[in-house]
Amino acid sequence: MSSTENSNNENNMEKKMQTTTPSSLASVANNREQRVPGTNLLGTGLETRGVHAWFGKKHVLSDVSLDFAAGTVTALIGPSGCGKSTYLRTLNRMHEFIPTAALAGEVLLDGQDIYAPGTDVTKIRLRVGMVFQKPNPFPSMTIGENVLSGLKLAQLKKSNTDELLESCLVRAGLWSEVKDRLGEHGGALSGGQQQRLCIARSLAVEPQVLLMDEPCSALDPGSTFRIEETISELAKSMTIVIVTHNMQQAARVSDYTAFFLSDGGPGVMVETAPTSKIFSSPTDKRTEDYVTGRFG
Amino acid sequence: MTLMENQSATIPAPREITTKPRVSDQIFRAVVTVGGMSSLIILGLIALFLSLKGINVLRIEQLSFITESKWEVLQDAEGKIAESTFGLAAMLIGTFLAALIAVIVGVPIAVLSALYLTFYARGSAKKLLVSLIDLMAAFPSLLFGFWGFIVLMGSAEYWAKLLNKYLGFIPLFDVPAPIFERSPFIAGLVLAIMIIPIVTAISREIFDQTPLDRIQAAYALGASKLSMIRAVVIPYGRGGVVGGAMLGLGRAMGETVAVYTVLNVVYQINWQILFGAGGNVASLILLKFGEAGPQEVDALMAAGLVLFLLTLIVNAISDILINRFGRRGR
Repeated sequence: MSSTENSNNENNMEKKMQTTTPSSLASVANNREQRVPGTNLLGTGLETRGVHAWFGKKHVLSDVSLDFAAGTVTALIGPSGCGKSTYLRTLNRMHEFIPTAALAGEVLLDGQDIYAPGTDVTKIRLRVGMVFQKPNPFPSMTIGENVLSGLKLAQLKKSNTDELLESCLVRAGLWSEVKDRLGEHGGALSGGQQQRLCIARSLAVEPQVLLMDEPCSALDPGSTFRIEETISELAKSMTIVIVTHNMQQAARVSDYTAFFLSDGGPGVMVETAPTSKIFSSPTDKRTEDYVTGRFG
Repeated sequence: MTLMENQSATIPAPREITTKPRVSDQIFRAVVTVGGMSSLIILGLIALFLSLKGINVLRIEQLSFITESKWEVLQDAEGKIAESTFGLAAMLIGTFLAALIAVIVGVPIAVLSALYLTFYARGSAKKLLVSLIDLMAAFPSLLFGFWGFIVLMGSAEYWAKLLNKYLGFIPLFDVPAPIFERSPFIAGLVLAIMIIPIVTAISREIFDQTPLDRIQAAYALGASKLSMIRAVVIPYGRGGVVGGAMLGLGRAMGETVAVYTVLNVVYQINWQILFGAGGNVASLILLKFGEAGPQEVDALMAAGLVLFLLTLIVNAISDILINRFGRRGR
């Protein structure tokens, strides 16, 4: 990347990052190019009906029903411990990794319940990819191998892997930085590059939904900006659900926002609406208090 | 103008940074140091003792102590020693063969059981198995020897015959005469069972530490459990497993009683693992020690020294291997 490009990026970033007041959050959300759900025929997308979650006897999430229209970005916001990450993990059945985890309700992917008996969970996770909070490339693999690791892990046959490798890295916004060092190990990259590598890796199995669990919380502002650009780019071809603690980020990248809250009991979804509405005229008092920074 | 020129012209020399440790810290440091060094000192003293006792024999026999296979003490009519020859070659090769068989048979079983315990076993079954395997590690080796002799031998003889029948064209599985009892093969099997607990325990420890975020990353990409283990757990644990295997190899080379009970010790180099004649340095020492005269005792001490050095070399190699294979997966 040339230095002028770099400073341009930084200028853009500063402009975007300096917006701190709630009213300006709404204007950020308003100024963003709006995506209309359902315009790019990607199936009906993902929806949940009455999802409850437990860890052991502790009820952590109560009755969450949400629709994620195909081709949109939805941000899940709320204070720590409100169950938004838990909810995200129910969407691709990563929830059940915690030994005592339990769940009620339905998660429908193109109308099919992903928790239906007899479902092959590995197939669900191929369609609903996930990017984690901490970048986690496989250190024993090279950059190229990391991107294509999903094919090996899910035992998929692909004929033209070179093309796929390039297209995934391009879409993740990493190609120009790594195209000459695909044989190096993933650990040699910076944190932000590693996270984009993880995004590229999840794209290689061609998911229709991408879940992102605070993907920028371990990154510096510059890398955050690059990831947000990547998200906007990806949203043209897939459904994205992103958990974030950063309300500016929600305002910048999402079409819809859902606000989660826990009053000490199980977390509930308080309100969902187009992002600009959440940040300008939320219906619920608690949402307003949160987005204007009165708590959380 | 650079920043440096803005400041005053003289750059101070770096200061020495020191601290005065508290008395309690100093005392604790002394205690810990003594504890840490004592094992090193004890090991050093054992090596010194073996060297002092064995040096005479080694001086006489020189290199033939490890290249020749004769172990004889001839006495004249008055019971004085007329002539003596000591050579360890057959014993060394036998030790190496049996230990290698133990590792080849034992390590895969141990790694599989470690994978089972870490990723498949649940709840009370897991607890029971872990404590059973730990119990196996504490089991007296003599009992393994007895079990090998009384129970295993019959079956192992049958397997040996099968191996010989179908793979006999390979020199390793050929036999000069149809004697399949008390062979290095059977000794190796007994040793394999003996090293399983330690290799399992080490492998399980290392598999358990596989970073959760990597495991989740693999699952989130649609991995099955098998492909997750192959792509994440094995690369991560490889170094540790190699280390565990080498530790097992070391234990198998040094094991005495169990091998002594099972193996037919013969002073002749034998590469044919199914044939009922083998060697083992530790068993030789046990076999000869009871009735050995002073000079033979010295020779046995020299044999002990050789075994000691061999184990050291194996451990050094294992360190190198762990460093080589272990880093990449981390």
